[in-house]
Amino acid sequence: MFEIFGVPSQALFGQLLIGLINGSFYALLSLGLAVIFGMLNIINFTHGAQYMLGAFVAFFLLQHGLGYWWALVLSPLAVGIIGVLIERLFLQWLYKLDHLYGLLLTFGLALIIEGMFRNFFGSSGLPYSVPSELQGGQNLGFMFLPNYRAWVVVFSLFVCLGTWFVIEWTKLGSYLRAATENPMLVRAFGINVPRMITLTYGFGVALAALAGVMAAPIYNVSPQMGSNLIIVVFAVVVIGGMGSIMGAIVTGFGLGVIEGLTKVFFPEASNTVIFIVMAIVLLIRPAGLFGRAA
Amino acid sequence: MQRAATLARTSTSRAEFVTFALMLVALVVAPIFVYPVVLMKGLCFALFACAFNLLIGYVGLLSFGHALFFGWASYVCAHAAKVWGLPPELAILCGTAVAALFGTIVGALAIRRQGIYFAMITLALAQMMYFFAVQAPFTHGEDGIQAVPRGKLLGLVDLANNFNMYVVVLIIFVACFLLIYRIINSPFGEVLKAIRENEPRAISLGYKTDRYKLLAFILSATFAGLAGSTKALVFQLASLTDVDWPMSGEVILMTLVGGLGTLFGPVAGAFFMVTLENFLTTIGQWVFVVQGVIFVFCVLILRRGIVGELARALRTRL
Repeated sequence: MFEIFGVPSQALFGQLLIGLINGSFYALLSLGLAVIFGMLNIINFTHGAQYMLGAFVAFFLLQHGLGYWWALVLSPLAVGIIGVLIERLFLQWLYKLDHLYGLLLTFGLALIIEGMFRNFFGSSGLPYSVPSELQGGQNLGFMFLPNYRAWVVVFSLFVCLGTWFVIEWTKLGSYLRAATENPMLVRAFGINVPRMITLTYGFGVALAALAGVMAAPIYNVSPQMGSNLIIVVFAVVVIGGMGSIMGAIVTGFGLGVIEGLTKVFFPEASNTVIFIVMAIVLLIRPAGLFGRAA
Repeated sequence: MQRAATLARTSTSRAEFVTFALMLVALVVAPIFVYPVVLMKGLCFALFACAFNLLIGYVGLLSFGHALFFGWASYVCAHAAKVWGLPPELAILCGTAVAALFGTIVGALAIRRQGIYFAMITLALAQMMYFFAVQAPFTHGEDGIQAVPRGKLLGLVDLANNFNMYVVVLIIFVACFLLIYRIINSPFGEVLKAIRENEPRAISLGYKTDRYKLLAFILSATFAGLAGSTKALVFQLASLTDVDWPMSGEVILMTLVGGLGTLFGPVAGAFFMVTLENFLTTIGQWVFVVQGVIFVFCVLILRRGIVGELARALRTRL
C-alpha cells in the first residue's frame, strides 16, 4: 500500500470503486429515464420507488429460498410487469397533456409506494447478504477489491452497453428511435406503437429494478433508498441531457467517480458535488453535455 | 365573440370580488370557532401556495424546489429572532430577503432550461440547499431552531398572544394576496401569461422572456420566503421538514387540489390539506400515501382543481 496526495491508496481506490458503483446505478437509472422520456414524454418520478421495489422483491425472494441469481432475473421481470400495469392504468391517459402532469402523477405514485413500504417495514434497513459465489475479494496490491463490487461495475456496464447496442444498432431499436421522432408515421407503417410504448416503460422500470437488486447487498434494503437517489439521478439527467443513450451512460459513471473522489479529498461536499456540477454545466452549456439545444 | 369576452370580463371581476369578500369575512370570523394556530398554519401555507401558483399558474413553470425558499427563510427568520434578538418585523424581513436572494440565484440557473428540466433543476438545487441546512451549525440539524421568541411587533403589539399573532398573519396574507392579484392583472402579468401560452411567440414579439421569467421567479420565491418566515414565528420553530423535498411536493399538491392558475385555488387547497392533515395526524406515515392518492386523483380526474371546477360550473373565473 502507498499514498497518493497524502491519501492511502486503499482509501483512494476504495472510494473510486464506490464511486464507480454509484455511477453504475446513476447510469442504469438515467438510462431508463431517458428511454422512457423518449417514448412517453414523461419524466418518471416513480423510478426511485421502482428501484426500491427491485431491492425489496429480491429480499422477499430470498425469504422464499430464491437467492440472488434468481432475483437478478425475477425481480426486474416482476417490477417490469408492475410498470406495464401502471402505464396501462394511469400513464396512458396523460400523453396528450403537458409534461408536468406526468411528473406530478408519477410523483404521487412514488409517494404511495414509498409510504406503504415505510408503514410496513419502518425506516431502518433490512440486510441482504452477498451471494456465496461472489464473497471474498482480490488483493490487487494497491487495494483490496471485493468480488461483489467488481461484479456490479462489470455487469451494469454490460447491461448499459447492451441497451445502447439494442437501441442504436438493431431493427427493434430503429423502430424505437423512429417512434420517438414521429409516432404517427411509424404507426402508419403498421407498427403497434401503443404496445411499444407500454413495453418501453416496462423495460425502463425493469432497469431500475435491476439496479435495486444489485444495490441490495451493498446498501441495506430500505423504503427510502430510492427517494434520495432519484433526485441525484435527475441532476445527472440535467447534466447529460436526455438526447443521447451513450451520454447518459458516460455521465452516470463519470459523476459517480467525481463523487467518489470528492469523498476522499473534500468529504463535506460529497453530498452536494453533483448538484454543484449541475449548476456549473448549466452556466457553461445550458443544453447539457450531450444534449441538443431545444 | 368579442362581446362574450367583454361580458365574461365584467362578470368575472364581480365574482372575484364577491369571493374575496366572503373569504375575508370567513377569515375574520374564524378565530371565534377555530383554534388560531391552525388558522395561522392554513394562512401561511395559503400564502406559500399562492406564491407557488404565481409561477406555475401564470408562467407555466413547475418549480419542484420551493421548499428551499420557504425553509431557508424560516431558518433565517428564526435565527434572527432568537440569536440576534431582532424584533419580529425585522426577523421576517431578513428571512424574506434571503429567500429573494436565493430566488435570484436559483431562478437565473433554472430558466436556462425549459419544461421538464426546469422542474428537475429546481428540485436538485433545493436538495443541495437541504444538505447545506443539514450540515450548517446554526440550523441545529435534526433539532431545528426551537423556542423562537415571537417578540413585540414594532415594540408595541405582544405577539405571544395568539389573537394578536393571528391578526398580523391575516394582514400579511391579505396584503400579499392583493399584491399577487395586482401582479397577475398588470401588463407584466399579461406578458407572463403570454409566455405561458406561447413562449416563442412572445419572444418574436420582442419581449425578453428570460427577464420576465426571472422576475416572476424572484417574486414567487420572495412570497414563499415571507410565508416561511411567518410560519417560523407562528410555530416558534424552524426545522428540516420545511426545507426537505416533501415540502416542495406538498405546496404543489395544495395548488393542484385548489386549481392551478386560479386566484382562490391555492388558498382553498392549502386549507383543505391543512384540515385533512389535522384529521390524519394519528395515522403517521400514511399521510404520504394519502397525499399520493390525492395527487393521482387530481391529475387523472380533477385536473382543474376544486376552485377550477367550481369556476367552470359557474361559468366565471375565480
